[in-house]
Amino acid sequence: MNNNIIPLNFLPLGKKAKVKVLISDGIMRRRMLDLGLTNGTEIEALQRSPSGDPVAYDIRGAVIALRSEEASKVIVEAIS
Amino acid sequence: MGLTSQSTGIGVLDSELRIERSRVDDKIIALAGNPNVGKSTVFNSLTGLNQHTGNWPGKTVTNAQGKCIHKDKNFIMVDLPGTYSLMANSVEEEVARDFICFGNPDATIIVTDATCLERNLNLVLQTLEITSNVVVCVNLLDEAKKKKISIDLKELSYQLGVPVIGTSARSGRGLGALMDAVYEVTNQEAASTPLQITYDDTIEEAIRILEPAIWDLLKDRLSSRWVALKLLDEDEILLQALQKYLDFELTSDENILQKIKEAKDRLEIAGIDHNVLRDKVVSAIISTAEKICSESITIENEKYNHIDRKIDRIVTSRIFGIPIMIGLLGIVFWLTITGANYPSEMIAKFLFWIEGWLTEFFIWLGTPSWVHGVFIMGIYRTLAWVVSVMLPPMAIFFPLFTLLEDLGYLPRVAFNLDNYFKKSCAHGKQALTMCMGFGCNAAGIIGCRIIDSPRERLIAMITNNFVPCNGRFPTLIAIITMFFAGVVASPFQSLVSTLLLTGVIVYGVFMTLVISKILSKTILKGLPSSFTLELPPYRKPQIGRVIIRSVFDRTLFVLARAVLIAVPAGLIIWITANIHIGGSSILSYCAGFLNPFAKLIGLDGYILMAFILGFPANEIVIPIIIMSYMATGNIMELDGLDQLRELLVSHGWTWVTAVCTMLFSLMHWPCGTTCWTIKKESQSWKWTAVSFLIPTVTGIITCFFVANTVRLIGLI
Repeated sequence: MNNNIIPLNFLPLGKKAKVKVLISDGIMRRRMLDLGLTNGTEIEALQRSPSGDPVAYDIRGAVIALRSEEASKVIVEAIS
Repeated sequence: MGLTSQSTGIGVLDSELRIERSRVDDKIIALAGNPNVGKSTVFNSLTGLNQHTGNWPGKTVTNAQGKCIHKDKNFIMVDLPGTYSLMANSVEEEVARDFICFGNPDATIIVTDATCLERNLNLVLQTLEITSNVVVCVNLLDEAKKKKISIDLKELSYQLGVPVIGTSARSGRGLGALMDAVYEVTNQEAASTPLQITYDDTIEEAIRILEPAIWDLLKDRLSSRWVALKLLDEDEILLQALQKYLDFELTSDENILQKIKEAKDRLEIAGIDHNVLRDKVVSAIISTAEKICSESITIENEKYNHIDRKIDRIVTSRIFGIPIMIGLLGIVFWLTITGANYPSEMIAKFLFWIEGWLTEFFIWLGTPSWVHGVFIMGIYRTLAWVVSVMLPPMAIFFPLFTLLEDLGYLPRVAFNLDNYFKKSCAHGKQALTMCMGFGCNAAGIIGCRIIDSPRERLIAMITNNFVPCNGRFPTLIAIITMFFAGVVASPFQSLVSTLLLTGVIVYGVFMTLVISKILSKTILKGLPSSFTLELPPYRKPQIGRVIIRSVFDRTLFVLARAVLIAVPAGLIIWITANIHIGGSSILSYCAGFLNPFAKLIGLDGYILMAFILGFPANEIVIPIIIMSYMATGNIMELDGLDQLRELLVSHGWTWVTAVCTMLFSLMHWPCGTTCWTIKKESQSWKWTAVSFLIPTVTGIITCFFVANTVRLIGLI
């Protein structure tokens, strides 16, 4: 097992990761794809909102906030 | 008479997509692009229309149209809602896609953000699959330059196979060249060979199986390659739209049905199911975009966003996020309250000085006293109150609020508040539609289209009225300055006023959350749906333009509406106050009738009547209260705002009356325009009635509770 493979919501702030797999389907999957979250895309966790959720991520140069429900369905590999 | 939309094939779509050509050779140009790339600014600059712009995603929620004349040709520009893709994941994306696909525009301009081009290319590449009449507009070049991002437009154009024009729409640069390119494309002067994305071998094979059958049937009506891909993709919503457009079902054709099966079998052998296909298609588009960008963009400074990130870390931080938000709101209110005081006083003095002259003029004319009564004491006075009490706060609040909007702060508000909305089982974007409600609740209701789940959209619509619109803001401010500010010693006046107003607004937001939660647990049961929120880069607001826009677009518009309503309202009040039946005027009969109920909720009959008469426009509530009191009381002459408090007190106002009037103003039925908009948007009388009743009942309960608690514990 590779310990670096985690759901996106476990990615610590300031860390980068690469998308491994999307486990959502339907509209949510499409929306994730539209954001450019395809295999191998680099993501950086930027900023937590005051109450801890959602978290803002840098995805292909755009800052996108995702709720933990959505982020948990994106499996990433953390880059150390 | 020119061609109508019916005859050009647009008529089959929604009424909002209908375009009227005034001449046969008018060209229809669709303006598409990702949210927040300055599309509306491009549209405004080209057409001279005042489509409201703001720095947050999803500003354009309906199709705006405008005309642009270039080289003596008419171009009808259609501003589409911003979308990231044409795979239609929400109503607004659907509207945009349907227009590009089925609206038969002569050309489509895709506005892109130079600072974030790779992400924008997704939409460009998807559009190129549908039509070759595309002009790509790389906007915000000035911002890109600041961030040291340089874009090789020639290379980009070569790669994409369509004209690419760089612009900085806010300063108007490049727009001429953009229209030149559009002119050439629509006159077929430039032959474009758009880039075609190559998919996985198996997918290409499947397309080759299906495409000829579609071509046989559709010929040039639509790109057969694109239709083939969509048929394999089984995008239900798109296929329905396609059927509506073609007026027949593609899958009813035996040959096509056969070929679809064949192509699907081919995909299945390679293990490509419905989900895998979509992934592969999107991945191919995105990797193409990546490749194009790597060849045409150079980023000198990888850390070009670091200032934005630093600001975000402060304004959305755990400790400072919420306090900064409330603080900013407080500053805006403080500036509005202090700033509005003096002009209000001056305008009132001036208008009542004119009244004096007019009165003398009427006496000189020798008109009967009822003429003077109707025109001066009724109509003119109500108008004077509307202008003097309402205009200054509006004219100060809106530019300030628009500045925050232009800066890009509102999406951060949504980011900060999202968790609370999630806990209320509501949509995160409801924070944005709530902010729109500050401008105008009707606009807020239309804005609810950015929420895709019907359940959450209804919740956002029903609760939108809990934030005061620009008609009700001055009401709150007027009560505060007339009633409370005078009580405290002068250095603290504006501070107390600001705190009170901020408190009322925070309470409104709190009620929005409470009611959303209650609705989610009762008549609109459900869980929050997924959502993504973009936090766009901060931009330096264009102060001059913001002031002009907000004064002309909003303030004058709202004021004109208020004046229009004030004329008949003033007339009614004067007449009812001066026609006596059995010793009392009709006005006091009506107020007397409402009085017992009104007293229960801490108001009086006149106040409640003012709210009822204010149904067409909330702006006139305070002027009506003043007029009714003056018509029935002893004080006949008021020449300044300082005496208003005496007028109110002499009619039995206490601080409880003021608080209850403010609460009732915050929570009562939506104004006429808003109700009408809710009906139009929800397509249902039932939900309109719910939207009418919920704030009203909430207001009545709250006021009842406040008034009677105070009475019980004997505070007054």
